[in-house]
Amino acid sequence: MGVNTNSILGGDGFLTTTIEAFANWGRKNSLWPMPFGTACCAIEMMGVFASRFDLSRFGAEVARFSPRQADLMIVSGTITYKMASVCRRIYEQMPEPKWVIAMGSCTCGGGPFDSYAVVQGIDEFLPVDVYVGGCPPRPEALIDAVMKIQKKIDMEGAPVV
Amino acid sequence: MSFDLASAIETLEGSFPGSITGTVEYRGETTVLVDKKDIAGICRTLKESFGFTFLAELTAVDYLEVKTPRFEMVYYLHRFGPEYDENVRIKLKAAVTEDDPKIDSVTPVWKGADWLEREVYDMFGIEFTGHPDPRRILMPEDYGPFPLRKDFDVRNREASKLSFEKALDQDAE
Repeated sequence: MGVNTNSILGGDGFLTTTIEAFANWGRKNSLWPMPFGTACCAIEMMGVFASRFDLSRFGAEVARFSPRQADLMIVSGTITYKMASVCRRIYEQMPEPKWVIAMGSCTCGGGPFDSYAVVQGIDEFLPVDVYVGGCPPRPEALIDAVMKIQKKIDMEGAPVV
Repeated sequence: MSFDLASAIETLEGSFPGSITGTVEYRGETTVLVDKKDIAGICRTLKESFGFTFLAELTAVDYLEVKTPRFEMVYYLHRFGPEYDENVRIKLKAAVTEDDPKIDSVTPVWKGADWLEREVYDMFGIEFTGHPDPRRILMPEDYGPFPLRKDFDVRNREASKLSFEKALDQDAE
């Protein structure tokens, strides 16, 4: 991005950029998360959305419970195989481009639940962008994950749909 | 006036001869061992004649390699009296064999037994004759094994994966 300073071209009247960089800038500063909270991590996620940690500072405060209006899926909580198909279907209902945060030990690798019912990491069926460890992670850790998603968006040549 | 549990059990022995196979007292808790063929009748009598209106818990135990018959159904019944010592809780136990894992449903007696019995079926594979809706409740409906049986490997995820893949295929259609 470049700001025009040439007085012949009108001073600060316009800036130059590429469509890609402009789209990335818009996307990273207006993430709409889809909270897929299935367990205790969801409580920390609510804390992140609320006033003390205030995810709206990163432009991501509009938690959408409809996947069709969201582009960031925060999977927070133990995912069982019975829930996994639901999780996958909701992911597929989200419009492109979309990102996934695996929040907490359970989503990253099953956590303490090495059992017949629990998926040992949601990357078995979802493309995860950022993993957040912890049981549950501190809200700061989730904010860090959102910032990592922002960096990732900034770096990628996301096609303009 | 306090509730006389001993005479209640005696009356039961009279109405269901041979079905009360014993009673156990342990730390103030009375366990009545009953024959599974009369479980529904005994429960109905306890509810209607002795005021055990509340089914507090219904579960099963797998005694694999500990004793035969392998399974034991456990019923905790509670009665509420106006006086403190009329609040009585008793436990019924009924043995269920491995070859014939079936017992009469008590859902006609207490409606609250519906989901409890479905859970026992889901986890132990004990079937309840006369149950209005004998499906699994927690695991997927096409799930094969019964996870709380002692001979089930608790880390075996194969059946869960199969159900998951089936659900994915159904979504794709």
